[in-house]
Amino acid sequence: MNKPPDTTRASRRKFLAGAAGIVAAGATAARADNAKNLPPNVADWTRNLGDGVGVRPYGHPSAFEKDVIRRTVPWLTATPESSVAFTPLHELDGIITPNGLCFERHHGGIAEVDPHDYRLMLHGMVDRPLIFTLEDLKRLPRVNKIYFLECAANTGMEWRGAQLNGCQYTHGMVHCVQYTGVPLKLLLEQAGLKPNAKWLLAEGGDAAAMTRSVPLAKALDDCMVAYRMNGEMLRPEQGYPARLVVPGWEGNLWVKWLRRIKIGDEPWYTREETSKYSDLMENGKARKFTFEMDAKSVITSPSPQAPVRAKGFTVISGLAWSGRGKVKRVDISLDGGRNWRTARIDGPVFDKACVRFYAEIEWNGETLLLQSRAMDETGYVQPSKNDLRKIRGVNSIYHNNGIQTWALKPSGEVENVEVG
Amino acid sequence: MSRWAKFALPLLLLLVLAAPAWTQEKPRNYGIGRAATPAEIAGWDIDVRPDGQGAPPGHGSVKAGEQVYMDKCAGCHGEFGESAGRWPALAQGKGTLATNDPVKTVGSYFPYVSVVFDYIRRAMPFGDSESLTNDELYAVTAYVLNLNDIVDDKFVLSKETWNQVKMPNRNGFYDDDRKTSEKAFWNASPCMKDCRGPVKITGHALAIDVTPDSKTQKHGVE
Repeated sequence: MNKPPDTTRASRRKFLAGAAGIVAAGATAARADNAKNLPPNVADWTRNLGDGVGVRPYGHPSAFEKDVIRRTVPWLTATPESSVAFTPLHELDGIITPNGLCFERHHGGIAEVDPHDYRLMLHGMVDRPLIFTLEDLKRLPRVNKIYFLECAANTGMEWRGAQLNGCQYTHGMVHCVQYTGVPLKLLLEQAGLKPNAKWLLAEGGDAAAMTRSVPLAKALDDCMVAYRMNGEMLRPEQGYPARLVVPGWEGNLWVKWLRRIKIGDEPWYTREETSKYSDLMENGKARKFTFEMDAKSVITSPSPQAPVRAKGFTVISGLAWSGRGKVKRVDISLDGGRNWRTARIDGPVFDKACVRFYAEIEWNGETLLLQSRAMDETGYVQPSKNDLRKIRGVNSIYHNNGIQTWALKPSGEVENVEVG
Repeated sequence: MSRWAKFALPLLLLLVLAAPAWTQEKPRNYGIGRAATPAEIAGWDIDVRPDGQGAPPGHGSVKAGEQVYMDKCAGCHGEFGESAGRWPALAQGKGTLATNDPVKTVGSYFPYVSVVFDYIRRAMPFGDSESLTNDELYAVTAYVLNLNDIVDDKFVLSKETWNQVKMPNRNGFYDDDRKTSEKAFWNASPCMKDCRGPVKITGHALAIDVTPDSKTQKHGVE
C-alpha cells in the first residue's frame, strides 16, 4: 500500500465511528481538539507560568494520564484483600514497569510495616539464628538486578477460551523492575548452613503470613532479599520494606513483607504450594512445585484497550519474558499463526527480564489475527494454547503461557479471540 | 625446573597471598545482625510440616471444633463447608478432580492435615490472624476433617493422633515434569511459513462479556 497514513482527527473519528460501540476498559477515547491551543494561536501553557519547584515534592504523572492505572476484575474474588489489580500493559513501553503500576496480588491486604520495627529472622538448620533490622540489610553488600515477576495465575482465566477483553486483564499479572538488595546467599552465609539443609521456608509478615518452600539450590544461586525497586524503597504493595526475589520463578514465591526464613531438610507443603499454585491435570493428578515461568509474550499494542486509530504505517509492540533465561527471539504472525516473521527486540536483554519487541507493518484496514511467539536461550518455544491444552487440559489455572490471539478488525478495534 | 616454572610459581604464590578479601573461598562474616533468642524464635516459628514437626502442644475434638467453626468460620465457608458466596469451599468435591468442574477442597484435594492446620494457624480467621488458641486450632481442624468424612465424630486431633489422619488425595501430586512431558516445546527451528491450515475464529471475548467496564466505557470517538 502506498497511501500515506491518514491522521486527521475528522477522518479518524469516521474511521472508528462505524464500530459497534464497545471499546475495552482503559482505551483512551479520541477527543475534539481545542483550537485555541493550536497554531497559529498560542497555548495557555505558553502564555502563563506553571507551578514552581517544590509544588510537587513527589512527582506524579500528568493529570491527562489518569486512565493509566491498575484495574481489578471485581467478580474474580470474594474480597479485595485477597485479590489482584492488573498492570496496564497496553499503556506502557520499554521494559521497566513504573512502581505505581506494578500489579498487586495480596492474600491478606497490604501490610503497612513500620521500617523501624521491621525484623528479618533467619533460623532453623543454621549454626547461628540471626535477626536483621532494615538498617542491617542496607549495610550489607548489595546488588542491582532487573527481573520480571509473573504471577503463576497470569492468563489463568483464559484456559477454556477467550474471556477477558484486554491485555491488562489477560496478561497484566507481570511486571519488570530493577531490584536493589542483598544476595540471599550472603545472608545465609552469615547464619551458616547445616550440612543437610535442603529447603527454606520464606514467610511474610502480612495477615496471610504467606509461606512458600524454596529449594536451597535456588536460594544460593540467584535469590535476593530486595528493599528497593527502580531506585526507591519498595512500595507497600510490593512488600515494603523487604521482599524475596526469586528470579524467573512464579510470583507467589517472591514473599513480600518478608519476616522469616527458616532452613530445613524438606519442603513444608504449605497451603500455597498444595491447594493453590499446583497444576491440576486432566487425569485429576496435580503437578507440584512448578516453579519456572515458561517463555511467554503478548502484543500490548494493538490490543483491545489500545485500538488502532489510523490506517497505514503501524507499530506492533509487545513484551516477552522467560523464567529459564534470556529471551532469544520473538516472532509475530498477522494471520493467526500460519506465517511468522521475526520481530525486532529493542532495548536491553537481561536474564529472566522482560524484553520489548516491535514489528512495523502497513495496515490497510484488513482483518488481522495478531500473535506473538517467544523463544528463550534454552530453545523453548512458546506453544499455542491448543498445544498446551493437549498436554494439560483446561483445569490447571496456573502457568498458561499459550500464544495470545488479537483480532484487529477493519474498524481499528481489537478483540481477544480464540483460533482453531 | 623450567624457566617458566621458576618465574610463574612465585608469581602465583604472590597473587594468592595478595588476594583481596572478596576472592576468598570462605564466606565472610560481616558482623551485621544479631543472635535471635529462643523466645523470639518461639513467637514467630509457627510452621507445621506434614510429619507434624512444628505442631504445638494441645488437642481438640470434633465436637469442640464445631463450636469454633460455627462462631468463626461458617459465615464465609458455610455451615457444612460448602462455601457462602465466593469464599473457598472446605468440603465436598469428592471425585471431581478429573472432571470438567473440579472442586478443590480439604477432602478432595489437600494432601496433608498439616496444610489445613498450618494455614488456619497463620491466616485464619480471615481478618483475625493468629488469634485461635492451640486447642481451638486442633479442634477446628478436626471439625473440618469431620465435615469431609475423614475422621469420625468422636475424633480428637493432637500430636499423638496426627498420623492417624489419612487424607484422600495424599497421592494426588507429582513433581514438575515439564522438561519431559512438554519436551516438544523445545524446538530449535520453529515453523515460519505455511505452518497450519486455514485459521478460524472459534471464540470471542466480547461474546462472553465479563470484562469490567467494557459496556460503560466511552466509545473510541465522541
